[in-house]
Amino acid sequence: MGKKIKITINGETVEIVKGTSILEAANQAGVIIPTLCYHKDLCVAGNCRVCVVEIAGQKRLAPACATPCDEGMDVLTNTLKVRNSRKHIIELLLSEHNADCTNCYKNGGCELQKLASEYKIMNQDFIHLVPFRNYTIDMFSPSIIKDDSKCIRCQRCVRTCAELQGVNALTMSYKGEHAKITTFFEKAMNDVVCTNCGQCINHCPTGALVEKNYIEEVWSAISDKTKYVVVQTAPAVRVGLGEELGFEPGARVTGKMVAALKRLGFDAVMDTDFTADLTIMEEGTELLTRLKGALVDKNPDIKLPMATSCSPGWIKFIEHMYPSLLDHLSSCKSPQQMFGALVKTYYAKARNIDPEKIVSVSIMPCTAKKFEAARPEMHDSGYRDVDYVLTTRELAIMIKQAGIDFMKLKDAHYDRLMGESTGAGVIFGATGGVMEAALRTAYELVTGRDVPFENLKILPVRGMEGVKEASIKIENPLEKWSFLDGVELNCAIAHGLVNAKKVMDSIVAGTSHYHFIEFMACPGGCLGGGGQPIPTNPEIRARRTEAIYAEDEGMPMRKSHLNPEITKIYKDFLIAPLGDRRINKINTKYTPRKRY
Amino acid sequence: MSTNYQLKRADFIFKDENDWEEVLKNNINRPPNELINELISSELKGRGGAGFPTGLKWKISAEEVNDVKYVICNADEGEPGTFKDREILSKVPFKVLTAIAICGHVIGAKIGFIYLRGEYFFLQPELNKAINEFEYYCREIKFDFSIKIFMGSGAYICGEETALFESMEGKRGEPRNKPPFPSAFGYMGKPTVINNVETLAHTYTIFKYGSKRFYDLGVQYSRGSKLFSVSGDTPKPGIYELELGMSLADFVDEFGDDDTKAVQVGGASGFLVPRKRFSETNIGFQGKLVGISLPTGGSMMLFNSSRSMFNVLDNYLNFFAEESCGQCTPCRVGCQQLLRGIKAVKRGEKNAQYLDKMLKLAETMQFTAKCGLGQSVANSFSSIVENFREEMIY
Repeated sequence: MGKKIKITINGETVEIVKGTSILEAANQAGVIIPTLCYHKDLCVAGNCRVCVVEIAGQKRLAPACATPCDEGMDVLTNTLKVRNSRKHIIELLLSEHNADCTNCYKNGGCELQKLASEYKIMNQDFIHLVPFRNYTIDMFSPSIIKDDSKCIRCQRCVRTCAELQGVNALTMSYKGEHAKITTFFEKAMNDVVCTNCGQCINHCPTGALVEKNYIEEVWSAISDKTKYVVVQTAPAVRVGLGEELGFEPGARVTGKMVAALKRLGFDAVMDTDFTADLTIMEEGTELLTRLKGALVDKNPDIKLPMATSCSPGWIKFIEHMYPSLLDHLSSCKSPQQMFGALVKTYYAKARNIDPEKIVSVSIMPCTAKKFEAARPEMHDSGYRDVDYVLTTRELAIMIKQAGIDFMKLKDAHYDRLMGESTGAGVIFGATGGVMEAALRTAYELVTGRDVPFENLKILPVRGMEGVKEASIKIENPLEKWSFLDGVELNCAIAHGLVNAKKVMDSIVAGTSHYHFIEFMACPGGCLGGGGQPIPTNPEIRARRTEAIYAEDEGMPMRKSHLNPEITKIYKDFLIAPLGDRRINKINTKYTPRKRY
Repeated sequence: MSTNYQLKRADFIFKDENDWEEVLKNNINRPPNELINELISSELKGRGGAGFPTGLKWKISAEEVNDVKYVICNADEGEPGTFKDREILSKVPFKVLTAIAICGHVIGAKIGFIYLRGEYFFLQPELNKAINEFEYYCREIKFDFSIKIFMGSGAYICGEETALFESMEGKRGEPRNKPPFPSAFGYMGKPTVINNVETLAHTYTIFKYGSKRFYDLGVQYSRGSKLFSVSGDTPKPGIYELELGMSLADFVDEFGDDDTKAVQVGGASGFLVPRKRFSETNIGFQGKLVGISLPTGGSMMLFNSSRSMFNVLDNYLNFFAEESCGQCTPCRVGCQQLLRGIKAVKRGEKNAQYLDKMLKLAETMQFTAKCGLGQSVANSFSSIVENFREEMIY
């Protein structure tokens, strides 16, 4: 802890640690200072200037977010000068902003709109600048819509893309009146290194960056009586959705969500957690096979470490940034795409439905899933495997549109066949979850015993550290796996692409000795995904994480291989993990891409 | 007009003195503290415009504990109407190089940079030759110091010290938040002294002749001489070294064309002084002019009665709207609003009272903009609109 100092804010003395920003000190003192460019996930920019405050004795105002407190500082946050300046700044931002609020997807969720409302900006008569620009909306990406006319140049997206993701698809270019956020050579978002992770959307204060929504398409499908609409819900949705519908962060709303989906009119409500369990069976087997190939057969073509392939943001990232290392990726499709392929084959056959009539919808905490579902190779069922991907936010919009009082819903259960899951499936939603789920199953498969952690909680892989490492020593394996006796299985977990980059660079440099690595594109894993409720910040993500692990502990089964529907699908359809019929159904290939 | 005062010319900066080797050798053998005290007692203030006491600046950096420190000569001379640094670098480069090296000795830096304005690329070959000769001599006397030129790319904002660092670091030229200040966290995050070309040239004078010679020039709070870039409606445009503290009336008597309507002191980011205020305006850091230090040292633009002050302001605002880095709201949007605002008033699309709203906006920009650029737009805007309001409207 640093040295304590005293300052006064609006006359009240506050004791804070030296170096604390005025904004933080004010928060501690219960004084609210408006912000726009500030975000807890990001470095301080201090460029919107809406947080300016008066410091006694100084003529100029100081940005509260970027000014550290000094001993004895006398801060005033509510003087005429401060209010007038803030009002001016909000008016200026509105004058360059396409403030056609009722026409905006972010209507009601826009931070600028909220400030304009608080400060009652009503007779704004600055010259409206938008008509002088030639703004075009970039709608080329299947995931993200970028509308510069709504941009306030706070650069939160730029900092997100650089600091959290290390992708730098978005950057500030030009200067002065022409300054704007652009991609490389102002290409469309689908034509640059963008991974579609959607973190820029989660951090955008206005409607300049939003997801491409497919709400109307899904409503049409539901109302089409000739269609059989199947929906799957990703693990992280159940711990985020509540935030959009009146619950505090960290509320677990699985049962209510299922009930709401049924009320919306979906014909079958099933769970991506089921294919998460399936992923563990497939990916776990693939890992053990690779280990055998490398350790016993000494096959030089076997690539280790093996990397997970569940996160489509991560997949596009490695395709762009490390195209020569694609062989390290597990060949397993992501749970969403496994589900999509199976719903139009296995499920259609079992339920005797013409797959052509099935519309497959997924609810994801993710915008990259929209891109993933649209990939040309994702048509292994003979149809597009997943027809529409909705984010958690879009589902909340549909629930509100349908007039469902979410709070009052009674819990409902997922439908059978692909609706059963285990605690291992649900923790896919948190960073380290895939690793933990894989270890629970793989360790037991190899040794016949539970992983040596109390109550199956593999704590070293949990938590919010950017890169986590864990090693498990395999002792006394079953005879089939005797080659693994004494092997120390080295694992790493990275979340946020900037951390993925660190791990990948260590692989390229040859300084790491991992066998298996879990990569998630978003901070905190899927629960911090680009399709999750806004706002996001470390505390909210921590609440969601707690909820995910609570969900796991509340499950009757917590190991993927115990899922009876998994046993059933292997018996009836897939034969065995890595069995023949899965080829072209639940595994895939990757596409090397350039950076520009 | 005053009659008993004459402009006091000075001749230090361009004085032909081929003794830089001696000055360098003598001064790098003096203890840093002594040199700092020499500077402090000279009361030299930064000649780039902001007027920060140079001795204090060096002192703070000298006290920072760090193995790596830098000296940077800010030669990104971009203020409209300023052209003195170019002359210094082409006529007396060794004075500047010597001053950079002495500063290095004082604060403990081994590397100096000259951040050269993009448009001054033609100075580069000669300057490099001078640097080679200078470094050769440094090696000869076993003084470990090197100087590199860093070429700017033509952005006005990169003359702002922290934007300059960003630019040198290969980033977008945007001002940083302050604190931390350059003296502790400058180029590459290291303690850095950054001085204007002219400031460094004056330190040469001070280190050579002692602080008293410098201190004896000028008036209280505004010691020493200063280069002025005189342009506009004047029969004798050019660069003149004058003692600080002169009255603007005397200046106009000397340089005006007998029809001077107003003088823009300090370039686009400075103030416009109308004729009726010439005699009460002094040129120096504590001039009578609204009690504010003149933002840029040196640019003196004279306008006669043939000039439309609306056009002058329109020109300045176009410049600012273009040259703002676009980072902070008050500057990026404010400049556009002021520019479009005066045009709208001129065209009758907004009524004359809109100018008052613009004046308030300019004040907000002064209070809230992130760096000197946005903060100083109000200087020219308010002084022109307030003094020539009817020219804005009719």
